[in-house]
Amino acid sequence: MSTAVAQPVDEVKSTPWSGGRSPFDVEYGKLMMWFFLLSDAFTFSTLLISYGALRFSAPTWPAPSLVFQSFPGLIEHGAPLVFVGLMTLILILSSVTMVLAVEAGHRNSKKEVVTWMLFTILGGIMFLSCQAMEWTHLHSEGFWWGHVPTVEVMKEFFKGNPTEAQMTMTSHQFANLFFTITGFHGFHVFSGVIINIIITVNVLLGTYQKRGSYLMVEKIGLYWHFVDLVWVFVFTFFYLV
Amino acid sequence: MKVLYILLGITGIEFFIALYLGPHYGIPSHWINPIYIVLTLFKAFYIVAYFMHLKFEKLDMALAIIVPILFIIGLILVLTNESHYWIDLRL
Repeated sequence: MSTAVAQPVDEVKSTPWSGGRSPFDVEYGKLMMWFFLLSDAFTFSTLLISYGALRFSAPTWPAPSLVFQSFPGLIEHGAPLVFVGLMTLILILSSVTMVLAVEAGHRNSKKEVVTWMLFTILGGIMFLSCQAMEWTHLHSEGFWWGHVPTVEVMKEFFKGNPTEAQMTMTSHQFANLFFTITGFHGFHVFSGVIINIIITVNVLLGTYQKRGSYLMVEKIGLYWHFVDLVWVFVFTFFYLV
Repeated sequence: MKVLYILLGITGIEFFIALYLGPHYGIPSHWINPIYIVLTLFKAFYIVAYFMHLKFEKLDMALAIIVPILFIIGLILVLTNESHYWIDLRL
């Protein structure tokens, strides 16, 4: 042991995994946000996969183009997918304004960050309002957790000629899954809006200007894009497939 | 932003298929559904890569996120396949 070759004392450790620095070159909070989003992706995936497994092993199922063909408050029938298209548009646009906010943060331009964040918050609130209208409309038709419409109403939503037992059972499953999954997603949007408001207040107070970086805006931007991403999948599985 | 137009374009195509091509040409749903899922995966890729900036991060971190998601996609395929066997087992 005493004949070990002496290492140069001031050799600088420079490989990514040799300690003292982030191996991925990202800040700790950002990496942890990514891992949280990954775990949340697993949660949403379990919900959506169970929807798929139940739906495609059922003898019949309410047809989305028949259930979702109204524009709550304006049109009752015959406008399939229009309202949900609007919701998707709102959420994608709010993601774009979030990207612009992050980009303004990189340039340390406080005023622009606030502007784009406010637009993002507005988009989130509009989306939640639309979702509430969709829920109210379905509820008025008789759908709710553990509750389905009367047989005459249910018949309108099925293609083909299913039996009453089949209609009742699958409508129950459909209603429970729809409200649970969109509710869980809506809860994420809601908490995202709250956090966005808090961050915007912080931006206005100048916290990040003092801190020297708008990294927090970037991290919450990741969360917001995740929420948008989940909606894209929910929309595909419930309304299209 | 270019990515926005790509996302809107793909969504528009999905709507076009759903509202016109599908019903008009009577393409059976087991052809259309995989198309929807593929288009959605495209959209997901664009959102994650550009909006969430993953394309520009270090490859190691991007893989740490992407590989588990590939497992999720595998699970989706396995369970949709499984559900076709369940049809005969249920009511």
